[in-house]
Amino acid sequence: MKPRRRMLLRASLAAGVAAAAGPIAILAQPKPRIIPIQARKFTYEPAELTLKLNEPVLFQLTSADVVMGFSMPDFKVRGTIIPGQVTEVAMTPNKLGEFFFLCDVFCGSGHENMEGTMRVVA
Amino acid sequence: MHSPVDRREFLKLAGLGGVVLVSGCASTMGGASASADEEFYFVQLSDPHWGFEGPAINPDAQGTLKKAVAAVNGLSQQPDFIMFTGDLTHTTDDPKERRRRLAEFREIVGQLKVKDVRFMPGEHDASLDNGKAFKEFFGPTHYTFDHKGVHFIVVDNVSDPMAAIGDEQLQWLKADLDKQPRDARIVVFTHRPLFDLYPQWDWATTDGAQAIALLQTHDNVTVFYGHIHQENHFMTGNIAHHSAKGLMFALPVARSQPKRLPIPWDAAAPYRGLGFREVDAEKAPVRYAVVERPVV
Repeated sequence: MKPRRRMLLRASLAAGVAAAAGPIAILAQPKPRIIPIQARKFTYEPAELTLKLNEPVLFQLTSADVVMGFSMPDFKVRGTIIPGQVTEVAMTPNKLGEFFFLCDVFCGSGHENMEGTMRVVA
Repeated sequence: MHSPVDRREFLKLAGLGGVVLVSGCASTMGGASASADEEFYFVQLSDPHWGFEGPAINPDAQGTLKKAVAAVNGLSQQPDFIMFTGDLTHTTDDPKERRRRLAEFREIVGQLKVKDVRFMPGEHDASLDNGKAFKEFFGPTHYTFDHKGVHFIVVDNVSDPMAAIGDEQLQWLKADLDKQPRDARIVVFTHRPLFDLYPQWDWATTDGAQAIALLQTHDNVTVFYGHIHQENHFMTGNIAHHSAKGLMFALPVARSQPKRLPIPWDAAAPYRGLGFREVDAEKAPVRYAVVERPVV
């Protein structure tokens, strides 16, 4: 095989690999970490979370009693939690620090103290 | 002090007894010169939270609102009207107790000399039953009225427990604004801030930006609201937003501490942080002179 032909073959092989790598790369996306959280008047369980920077997570939210909210204003994500259903909220924390999440659906006499803390670490 | 001129003279001296803030709007009114009888003042009271209990926060929970009523009745010139901007009662999960608190509140404020008293709910009054009990006592939760050339719009951003005004009310607001001239003098009352003051403490309205966008189509709009139990003055475009002190407990400044907890009672300075305000509506130029008053 002449050198030029070998070069062409290498190039086309590389292109083929690249083409094959496309869908493989998508499949290789890390699955989000599932974090179940149960809300009840007027707490979250757990109320303290530790997440890794840039790690995708999926909150699976349930309510033990009434309609609740789950809001993280610093990341502009929220969900409404209906009793008997699972509400999924996906997010990928993109900044370090300590942040609050809170109930943003007025749920009763303890609503204003219904909150939790999320720490994002490196 | 029985004439508008006297009132203006009084305001020059008001720094002796309160803080005067002059809130200007974008334009002066054209056309005929302002006549004295078109200037007036009203009183804003907010967040009395009747039914609240917490001796470390307010050991005079049963007396503070009554003192505020007495203070307003003691004003040498009575306001044209009085506006309560929500959280008339402290929330309760018991619908009967909610009505009992609303009834007691109504009885206490019935002692006001001024009989033109208007009400709107806060989330403590209305968010657990979509305003049902409030309406039984005080009527609609959103409405308009006109007084001496000023168009007042009461916007309900609490009956929806998700702190939204809602599409239906936004359409009502648009329809009302469409009927007002661009340079109309407009005052909006809300309970929650329409802008994102601090959503981390629930100090926001979910769809408040839509309301502000509608209001921005007019030149002379000022918003007075409650909810945050302290003064805050903020501009969105040409719209001034002024929050009022509460009548039961003060809250900390946004971001000043991790949690939104009431400021404890200070025996050395009782009732500090509580109060009400007088608002003088002036026509030329269009502006509002705000005088903050203590409860005692």
